Amino acid sequence: MTFRHRLRRDWPLLVMVLPVTVLLGVFHYFPTLGNVIAFQDYSPYAGIRGSEFIGFGNFQRMFAEPAFWQAVANTVTITAVQLVFFFPIPIALALLLNSVLSSKLRNLIQGVVYLPHFFSWVLVVSLFQQMIGGAGLLAQTLRDNGHQAIDLMTKPDTFILLVTAQSVWKDAGWGMIVFLAALSTISPELYESAAADGANRWRRLWHITLPGLRPVIVLLLILRLGDALTVGFEQFILQRSAVGGGAAEVLDTYVYYQGLLVGDFGYGAAAGLFKGVVGLVLVLVANRFAHMVGEQGVYSKS
Amino acid sequence: MSARAVWEEEPTVAGRLGKPVVLALIALAVAFPLYVVVVTSLSSTEAVTRAGGLVVVPRELTVAAYVQLLSGGVVTRALVISVAITVIGTAFSLGLTVLAAYGLSRPGSLFHRPLLFVVLLTFLFGPGIIPSYLVVNSLGLIDHYASLILPAAISAFNLIVMRSFFMGIPGELIDSARIDGAGEFAILRRIVLPLSKAVVAVVGLFYAVGYWNAFFNALLYINDNSKWPLQMVLRTYIVQQAPLPTGAGGVANVGLGLAPAPGLAIKMAIVVIAIVPVLLVYPFIQRHFQKGVIIGAVKG
Repeated sequence: MTFRHRLRRDWPLLVMVLPVTVLLGVFHYFPTLGNVIAFQDYSPYAGIRGSEFIGFGNFQRMFAEPAFWQAVANTVTITAVQLVFFFPIPIALALLLNSVLSSKLRNLIQGVVYLPHFFSWVLVVSLFQQMIGGAGLLAQTLRDNGHQAIDLMTKPDTFILLVTAQSVWKDAGWGMIVFLAALSTISPELYESAAADGANRWRRLWHITLPGLRPVIVLLLILRLGDALTVGFEQFILQRSAVGGGAAEVLDTYVYYQGLLVGDFGYGAAAGLFKGVVGLVLVLVANRFAHMVGEQGVYSKS
Repeated sequence: MSARAVWEEEPTVAGRLGKPVVLALIALAVAFPLYVVVVTSLSSTEAVTRAGGLVVVPRELTVAAYVQLLSGGVVTRALVISVAITVIGTAFSLGLTVLAAYGLSRPGSLFHRPLLFVVLLTFLFGPGIIPSYLVVNSLGLIDHYASLILPAAISAFNLIVMRSFFMGIPGELIDSARIDGAGEFAILRRIVLPLSKAVVAVVGLFYAVGYWNAFFNALLYINDNSKWPLQMVLRTYIVQQAPLPTGAGGVANVGLGLAPAPGLAIKMAIVVIAIVPVLLVYPFIQRHFQKGVIIGAVKG
């Protein structure tokens, strides 16, 4: 079929896709090109065309800045802590729920644990503040019983555990869905014949359930590693003033504070671009790794 | 599976006792904070004073806090803004997503692959905060409500979910409509959409929750606090604990002859107002994602 034929046949489809293409163009691809200001001494008055190119000047300044490395260290540490303390919880939850026989009870629990995923971070932080903050229920109860009140929302040294607890509260239930789906694809006959062969429940868990979950676990682990520099923006920007930048500054908030708020756009864009490029490389490497260990990965050449 | 299989062992004592306890604790961890916030928002000054702060045991409930918040002022205005942004934004996003998802769901159509690539590539990297800000700024959208809708209007994820669903619709249905002379828009409206109510509902609800919860775009793009959506109000008066303005333009002092509510009840009422819409749509979301709409699409 010639191009003109196809155009005459498919133009309504192209019209349908047009608005989305325009929006993505204006608000995704166009700003992506705007990252050239990372290589400029950008001034809002001069604009991109009028601002002077300074090569890697912004990056040199950034790499010499201890606050930047502090933000990188915080981000990576938070990712690591969440891998250890967050990642296994949805798996455990899914196993627990899968073992509940009554489907009514199962649906009820699912309904309850999915719910916080649909709350905003502002709301989640507000609720935590009311429970364990300085004026919260925990402090109030301690004070009533003659103890010293504690404020877990403003302590820099335990902040990393606090944000992990918040993430678990908000998203562990939601993270369970994909494991429940994987569990439901494991054939019950496997369990039955294993039981007939004398495997007890723990051996069945080890030899049937966990291997059944392996592809999903590997995929999610890889996705998380590829996303190592993204730990959630809103959660940190909301709490940074309470605990200070030493503990709560992550790469995204660094861009916001050092770039946008002080008007140092070129420098902020450099930090943002650093995060974007390293993140992209991590995703590509993680995906390559997934293929190497024989898993599907996130995408494949088709 | 609603009964234990015959080949399975009897549950151990630890399992029989431990499991309900663990499940109850999990449910309580979600429900208890919500309960305390609701009860406190309904408490009188006396009840709050007696409890020394947050109220766990309800006594002398009153809706004074809600009357004060909703009879004009900061919170009423933010609520109206948030509802409007959510309704308009959801309609806008859903409409464009349906169109694009259908437009990309006919393999072999002109530019099908490059256009799909344009959508998928947005998953791999974001444009960055500062360049996005500069674009919104140069379009003159700072302090404009459109800045809360346009930059985040399209979720590639939602688009792909919907496209996968559309692709699962039997091709014969569409081909026969085409032979009958129906154009693409008519096919979308008369064949595809009636078969896709569930996925349209789920994606619409996801967009709606997204708009309702959005905080970051407002933080970046809305400097004028008279244009703040509810999440910004929540952040300012609850998370940052700024004192609530009273009197004209702030929170009304009295309403309907009720005794004025204590400050804490008013704050908790703001939290509840932010939660309620999510709770209202949640049963619909839950009903649909149990059918596996989302998971199936993600795997595909």
